[in-house]
Amino acid sequence: MPPLTSTSALTAETRHAVSIVLNGTPRTGHAHPRLLLSDFLRHELGAHGTRVGCEHGVCGACTVRIEGVAQRACLTLAVQADGRRIDTVEGLAQANGGRMTALQEAFRRHHALQCGFCTAGILMSLTDYLDRNPKPTEEELRDMLSGHLCRCTGYAGIVRAVMEVTGQTMKEVAHV
Amino acid sequence: MKPASFDYLRPATVADALAALAAGGDDARVIAGGQSLMPMLNMRLVQPRLLIDLGRLEELRTLRVEDGWLSVGAAVTQAEVLARRTLAQEVPLLAAALPWVGHFQTRNRGTLCGSVAHADPSAETPLCLVATGGEVVLRNLRRRRTVAAADFFLGPLTTVKAADEIVECIRFPLARPGSGHAFREQSMRHGDFAIAACAATVDGERASLAVGGVADRPTTRSWPLVAGGLPPDLDDALNAFAWDLGGDDDQHATARYRRDLVRRIGRTVLEEALSCRR
Amino acid sequence: MTATQTATQTIETKASPAPFVGRAMPRVEDAALLTGVARYADDLPVKPGTLHAAILRSPHAHADLLGIDTAAALAVPGVAAVVTGADAQRHASAFLVGVRAPMEHWCLAIDRVRHVGEPVAVVLADSRYLAEDALDRIEVRYRPLPPVTSIALALEEGSEPLHPAVGSNLVNSRRFRYGDPEAAFARAARTVSVEVEYPRNSCTPMECFVVLADYDAAEDSYEVLSNFSGPFAVHPVMARALKVPGSRLRLKTPPHSGGSFGNKQAVFPYVVLMGLCARVAGRPVKWVEDRLEHLMAATSATARRMRIDAAVEPDGRVLALRMEQTEDCGAYLRAPEPASLYRNHGNLTGAYDIPNLAVSNRIVVTNKTPTGLNRGFGGGQLYYGLERLMNRVAAELGLDPLDVIRRNLVAADAMPYRTASGGTLDSGDYRATLEQAVREGALDTLKARRDALRAEGRLYGIGYAAVVEPSISNMGYITTVLTAEERHKAGPKNGAQATASVAVDPTGGVSVTVASAPQGQGHRTVLAQVVADVFGLRFEDIRVNTDLDTGKDAWSIASGNYSSRFAGAVAGAAQVAATRLRGRMAALVAGPLNCRVEDVRFAGGKVFSDANPDNSLSFSRVAAAGHWAPGTLPDGQEAALRETAFWTPEPLKAPTDADHINSSACYGFIFDFCGVEIDRTTGALRIDRYVTMHDAGRLLNPLLVEGQILGGFAHAVGTALYEEYAYGDDGRFLSGTFADYLVPTACEVPVPVILHRESPSPVTPLGAKGVGEGNCMSTPVCLANAVADALSGIAVDEVPSLPITPAKLAALIHPPEPPRPASAAGSGETSPPAAVKGGRGLTGEGSREVPATPEQVWAILLDPKELAALLPGCEALDLVGPNAYRAEVVVGIGPVRGRYTAEVALSDLDPPNALTLTGSGSSALGTGRGTGHVRLERTAGGTRVTYRYSAEVGGKVAAVGGRMLDSASRLLIGQFFEKLVARAGGPAARPETPSLLARLLRLLGLNR
Repeated sequence: MPPLTSTSALTAETRHAVSIVLNGTPRTGHAHPRLLLSDFLRHELGAHGTRVGCEHGVCGACTVRIEGVAQRACLTLAVQADGRRIDTVEGLAQANGGRMTALQEAFRRHHALQCGFCTAGILMSLTDYLDRNPKPTEEELRDMLSGHLCRCTGYAGIVRAVMEVTGQTMKEVAHV
Repeated sequence: MKPASFDYLRPATVADALAALAAGGDDARVIAGGQSLMPMLNMRLVQPRLLIDLGRLEELRTLRVEDGWLSVGAAVTQAEVLARRTLAQEVPLLAAALPWVGHFQTRNRGTLCGSVAHADPSAETPLCLVATGGEVVLRNLRRRRTVAAADFFLGPLTTVKAADEIVECIRFPLARPGSGHAFREQSMRHGDFAIAACAATVDGERASLAVGGVADRPTTRSWPLVAGGLPPDLDDALNAFAWDLGGDDDQHATARYRRDLVRRIGRTVLEEALSCRR
Repeated sequence: MTATQTATQTIETKASPAPFVGRAMPRVEDAALLTGVARYADDLPVKPGTLHAAILRSPHAHADLLGIDTAAALAVPGVAAVVTGADAQRHASAFLVGVRAPMEHWCLAIDRVRHVGEPVAVVLADSRYLAEDALDRIEVRYRPLPPVTSIALALEEGSEPLHPAVGSNLVNSRRFRYGDPEAAFARAARTVSVEVEYPRNSCTPMECFVVLADYDAAEDSYEVLSNFSGPFAVHPVMARALKVPGSRLRLKTPPHSGGSFGNKQAVFPYVVLMGLCARVAGRPVKWVEDRLEHLMAATSATARRMRIDAAVEPDGRVLALRMEQTEDCGAYLRAPEPASLYRNHGNLTGAYDIPNLAVSNRIVVTNKTPTGLNRGFGGGQLYYGLERLMNRVAAELGLDPLDVIRRNLVAADAMPYRTASGGTLDSGDYRATLEQAVREGALDTLKARRDALRAEGRLYGIGYAAVVEPSISNMGYITTVLTAEERHKAGPKNGAQATASVAVDPTGGVSVTVASAPQGQGHRTVLAQVVADVFGLRFEDIRVNTDLDTGKDAWSIASGNYSSRFAGAVAGAAQVAATRLRGRMAALVAGPLNCRVEDVRFAGGKVFSDANPDNSLSFSRVAAAGHWAPGTLPDGQEAALRETAFWTPEPLKAPTDADHINSSACYGFIFDFCGVEIDRTTGALRIDRYVTMHDAGRLLNPLLVEGQILGGFAHAVGTALYEEYAYGDDGRFLSGTFADYLVPTACEVPVPVILHRESPSPVTPLGAKGVGEGNCMSTPVCLANAVADALSGIAVDEVPSLPITPAKLAALIHPPEPPRPASAAGSGETSPPAAVKGGRGLTGEGSREVPATPEQVWAILLDPKELAALLPGCEALDLVGPNAYRAEVVVGIGPVRGRYTAEVALSDLDPPNALTLTGSGSSALGTGRGTGHVRLERTAGGTRVTYRYSAEVGGKVAAVGGRMLDSASRLLIGQFFEKLVARAGGPAARPETPSLLARLLRLLGLNR
């Protein structure tokens, strides 16, 4: 993280320049101090792959990586992201030569998404999480996924997909 | 669900932050991780005129052991503390409780000091701080003061922190050799706020139980060990404690259920703490 | 145990031959969704000058709306307009209501609000942020009315009528009688009864409602884009409310939608509201519902109270049922309600052969969010009663519950089976299906496990449920709520018309368009499978477009995404259209191929004669001919390479005069069983094993079928164990965030064993039936039956109401609570106010001794200056009448503060002994009301001040802060009395013993 060298004071009524590195590309937009990062990404920079599901930090749909760390874009102000590297779902395939990553492909194979609204956030959490814990147990994985709400899949396809990508298999039957 | 308007200050130094806070008074709020404050801003439950961001202040990123305490600075995240390799030896109760704080994604951003300043009666970090006999270091422009965790919390979202103060750091006493610790909580779903959270410590000749989620603040009680074991009248003692906590009904659980949990999980964690003394 | 075949061995499509139907094809939708390029409604471009809407909503459950002052809001920079009920009255009309009762529902409240969250005004501004700024400036005057917060209260004589013109909150009653139930009950060995209540909940799609609306004044027409999901029977309702013919309400749907599960039907009042706003503002308008709005006021499943009696023989055979259903539809009967109550009318007897049936259906209105479509729609409610009843039959007769189910199932040779109430169960062998599930799901092993765990003293139970899953609703079933006479007047309603268009372009590309408004289920994939098979093309040769434009596409009232109609009806219609088009292409080439039309074959991208496969034309060549050379066709032959099919299931007729109704075209069968364990310490329930067996007819894509079952199951787990839209007794809403409305996460949803059997439906073109809703019908009651079994092990003969929470279970399994010990605080001198729940909101009491005479304390309370000092956060207090004040207070806890204008009054004055203090106020945070009774008693040392209070907090702060509401209220009330004691010269409250002790111990180094 770049260290801070000077105090910056941003007035409420003014739109201030906010520069980020979005999926490897420097981008600049403008934001009032109160503008949420989720709105900044979607409506100022046009990167609407990041979805908004609750705006109070529970559903996880808006999860992005800030300096590599998975966080809620709805609980972040755009001005707080100034100078930061931000990765969103659009960057996954971009960074993989334009092809979907193994994780994305596994999601497709295992029907890990239906409406797809929660999917971007889950993928961004997973990419951070698997960097730190490349072979989680199913319990660990489900614990991490509990920071996301999915209403379509019952999570089974998601768990199957991740277990496969990490060279494992999901317990097909609960607890027996 | 969008925040009301505010000025935003990203100070370069803690001194700058404190000066701004002193000037802003009740109209100013500090933000570090923002995992409690941001939802309240988005819902407009909180409408500061000035938001002071402590998140990038290196001075507040301290996480170290000094003089028998683990000191956690205001900008240190839950994930960073959880990743500390020596945490289970230093503050085993915190190591046991932190995985229960929110979720992976919110722990990546949320701070321990922020949780303490927020003072949710169900939150795990304030509970651990009270249970271990920790301290809160408050700082304003003129002075620094240290408040025992037991005296810090006054009620829901209410603490002794003055409007011009920040929680600069919190300090957990290092676990003493021969002490035992255990933590359990019951919540509706994984990661939810606790219906009741119980943290037990057996240390020297006493056993203590701290409870979160029942009273309007984390609350602790202790008993002398009897012949190296838990007191024979522990059930009565836990019952008295459960009633004294005075929990409420809400849409998910009754006050009676909360008392049940204090009596039952309370005993379980005390027994676990006794048996895992090192 | 053997797990079932999973559908996850998906098939790589490239170059794989037809048929595709029946195969686990991965979805064509996924690439866009996984890479973030998919376009949902909020991602679509808006027109320049578009205004953003924010909605002011009622903080009250029930109140007269006395006046709205919008001047301050209009003065906020960036605000273009504020729209109120007066505008609605000018440009719109009330919505049509489905029963004959004088109830008016408008898109904005007119003179009364009837539920928390009801729209009262709309601010239109340059951004959503600015619009929300202005919301806080609108001043609304309300006069609260007594809230009606339960079915029981709604049925009470003298409950405040929500709709005064109706005169009662019971807005519709109908009785039905099929067979001879009286005789059966008289003849039966005994009667077994259950009474159950089903709570309010909702499937809460991850994407909230979105509406983009524009009004064309020159043509008096509206153009709206919304993630509306149908049924399009609601389109005429919207058009009528906007006072235009349907052709002047052009409604479009976006390419992707973030889930619905029925819920997005309920965006329709907002389509009208935003149309109105666009008209008033003269500019396009965009509204994106936020989560707080959605949870508070979007829609809900109905709550239902149900009593069922069964006339039973000693062997468990059920001869007759008597059902009394009372349905809570919320504040308004919003289209298509009261459909929830009638959707299952043809299958009220479930999977059972029960020829005699008496039904009493009642519909009440309450001060809660209006209800609407929600996965399982009425089925969860019905089967919760019916399958608990079957379980009770077994318990009371001492039979195995599975045997009772077996004994009553409809026999295979009775298919198609006509139910007592007129449904036609179309296919299936229920008994064989059950036995297959018992075998493949290894019920024996599960029973052995239960026995072993019980022997260890653990609480373990097994539950069962058998249901029929209706799909493809008969558009006429809703009219069963009317009498035969009323139906005659209105004209017959029936059918379930599905539409699909298939077109072949000059390059041989095939396009399919449907009006199915998919919400994530993968319609495009399945339609490509179906149509590729018809034309003998590759899967990837078929392009499917599911965006809908009512101005250009083929649609009808039954269009949309609901009642599990896609696989049976829409995919079937696509097959019909494609087959017709193929027939036309065959006619084009029969001549050139020198064969009869019926001998033309389509396979492998080629078209050829069955007799001479080597002499083939490419499909694209034939397509080109249709476009480039229509003049070469034989006389009378149409070249048009586009076909639109309208298909309706033949068996769907209007209700008969005897009220028989085949309410759905198809009926799948589900048999579930499960094992659950209840933790003796915490009461927490764990689903140990869940087996769900489905016969949904022919499976078009097993991968997607499995996804539907897993998703429905997850919703059902939420319904059974976690989710409820909770309200306080005063009507305040308590589930306003995803931290309060508990959607199950990956840690709460186990993976069920899924089993299949395929009995093709004779009704639908492809033999498919619906499959997405079944577990929302079967699973909650299956889990409840398992809980009943677990509790029966400790002689508890009761199942908690849904959701079955640990607290409810603990109350049943834990012995009576040990009493409060005499030594515990609370009985002491300086008790903190103890909360007592019950009645309305929070109540409490406390007492304190102060060293002043009662007269002195009295003087303090009656002195306005003193009173101002006592009131928390009081900035101004003006006398407005005898002992009545208007106060400006800033109240809150911690950083959460609201500025309230409060009315404060002192009454019941009995100087210097007693008085009553009342206060009420509202702010952007919500409303607050409180009453305190204060008694002063002379004592040796001064005065004992005793107080009793009740407080109600409503609106936003209650919806999002319910967990801390009581302790926060108590803190504030405590502050008042603390100050009173301090003013009267008393000591500050003694700090609580524990923390003092803790400090002492710390000082002594004993408790670090």
